[in-house]
Amino acid sequence: MPSQGKKYEYLEHTADIKFLAYGNTLEEVFENAALAMFNVIIDTGKVSGETTREVFLTSPDPESLLVDWLSELLYLFEVDEIIFWKFQVEEVSEEAGEYSIKALASGEKYYPESHPFETEIKAVTYNQLELEKTASGWKAQVVVDI
Amino acid sequence: MVESEDTAIEELGTEDVQRDIKSMVRKLSDNEWDIPQGHIPNMRVPGRLFVSENLLGGIEPGTIDQIANVATLPGIQKYSMAMPDAHLGYGFAIGGVAAFDAEEGIISPGGVGFDINCGVRLIRTNLQKEDVVPHIKRLTDELFNNVPAGVGSKSRFKASDKELDSAFLEGAKWAVDAGYGVEADVVHCEGSGYLEGADTSHVSTKARNRGKPQLGTLGSGNHFLEIQYVDEIYDQEAASTFGLEKGQVTVMVHCGSRGAGHQICTDHLKELSQAVKKYGIEIPDKQLACAPAQSREAQNYFKAMLCAANYAWANRQMITHWTRESFEKVFGRDADDMGMSLLYDVAHNVAKLEEHNIDGRKKEVYVHRKGATRAFPPGHPEVPSAYRDVGQPVLIPGSMGTPSFILCGAEGAMDVSFGSACHGAGRIMSRAHAKREFHGQSVKENLEAHGITVRATHPSVIAEEAPGVYKSSSEVVNVVHELGIARKVARVIPLGVTKG
Repeated sequence: MPSQGKKYEYLEHTADIKFLAYGNTLEEVFENAALAMFNVIIDTGKVSGETTREVFLTSPDPESLLVDWLSELLYLFEVDEIIFWKFQVEEVSEEAGEYSIKALASGEKYYPESHPFETEIKAVTYNQLELEKTASGWKAQVVVDI
Repeated sequence: MVESEDTAIEELGTEDVQRDIKSMVRKLSDNEWDIPQGHIPNMRVPGRLFVSENLLGGIEPGTIDQIANVATLPGIQKYSMAMPDAHLGYGFAIGGVAAFDAEEGIISPGGVGFDINCGVRLIRTNLQKEDVVPHIKRLTDELFNNVPAGVGSKSRFKASDKELDSAFLEGAKWAVDAGYGVEADVVHCEGSGYLEGADTSHVSTKARNRGKPQLGTLGSGNHFLEIQYVDEIYDQEAASTFGLEKGQVTVMVHCGSRGAGHQICTDHLKELSQAVKKYGIEIPDKQLACAPAQSREAQNYFKAMLCAANYAWANRQMITHWTRESFEKVFGRDADDMGMSLLYDVAHNVAKLEEHNIDGRKKEVYVHRKGATRAFPPGHPEVPSAYRDVGQPVLIPGSMGTPSFILCGAEGAMDVSFGSACHGAGRIMSRAHAKREFHGQSVKENLEAHGITVRATHPSVIAEEAPGVYKSSSEVVNVVHELGIARKVARVIPLGVTKG
């Protein structure tokens, strides 16, 4: 089980935002990391909508894949103007030393005037980046630059 | 991926608190501290932290580790340095300065940061505080409406592909040519508002897509557009040269290269993470990804970074134009008539190829300034001729509601810090903590009680950026003044602030 059933939690960081995401599976930890990230930008509880984007990415290692996944979502948020709240990671897999993710992200088109944004995220960093299999599932630590 | 117990990560947070900062450094003088080469393995040079004893107490142990980590990178010259506003960054500490041999050294995106050419410009006016105070609410509203700010905000300007290319290649010069300002503006920018060598072929489609709608936006976080007045002159001669006098109103712009810069850094960081393996460079932190300075990977990043730097200068130039228009509308006078000329524009997140005297000989180095401002001394050819007798203007933004400072580069900078000084106040409280501690609306009311009007997209921005979450900027500038790397010229106090 993830720690006390939490999907994610924020940790103290002076200048940036650091969070832990949990999951029973690798797929789930990727989903919850995305949710943690979007909750920095806006209260995703106030977001609905089913505008969906497909994401397929390949990276040389699982940690980089996590950074790439979150970076891709930030890109889609900014350019397609969609605030995501629902993430379905179909598969995180390894083949010939390469790691891939196949996922769907859903949300609603945003309007800066009407959406109560909290904080802009500039980028996802490799700083203190961790992705671990624990006794009870999976855990990721991510620092985003704001 | 490693398997471990659940507790492994939680311990990281508490570890820092238990480490004594004073045991990690050795005092060299009142404002200079040595981080010995043994602090972590493989340091090629010592670390050097420029802080007062009082400010040292506020430095996080993790910041010391980051300064030491940079000292392990190939080709680093003299010291891995950090300015008095240093705080924990990612890879390099914020406030970090490091120079790497142009042949034997490396280039690292972590030494610049995601917000490439985040920087500051100061616009003079011939208006006095009394002229502006009665109109401050309207003027602040006008600026807030004319300069898009905040998450997801789009520019009033719709850049074509050709215009985006020009912004990447020619920076502020392009903006002025396109009608956003006057010729004299670019003369008063670091590097005349653009750096040569930019190459858009290393800028991804993603970076272009993010950059296009945001050219001409302020952004969010600690970025601001502020109406201020000069309340203190420390150096009369330099102030006269800079065209500053007591009571005069100025406008400060603090922002960077927006999503274009963030994406360029993200893209190249990925490539350089692989280059580290290819070239067999040992790095203690993944965010320090780098490549040999003359390698294809490093040069590709550098040329793309220059595009982002130029974009940021174009961005601040467009904001300057809309600032002038806002003043024109409120005061019904021409911007020229109100003396709205650019004092200077500095980059504080950038890497540059510069020549420095090292161990008695001239050497080409890539100077990385991540939260540090170039501070070239009097007589340096890169200082605009109007200021050459006193030194390059160094603009140090305060936090919301606190003073900002104008300094000038001093002789010591070339010997001590590769021609660099601090860049701001330096955060001491996390945003989450700030939101628990402060309430946006009450911070706003408190600032207004002190004569400071604030307009922001969301109250939480005001809470996150409350004056109490930063170090005292006056203490920070006193250190660089006492070190002789930049001299205090004037202090400005905010009257009206707009934030994202």
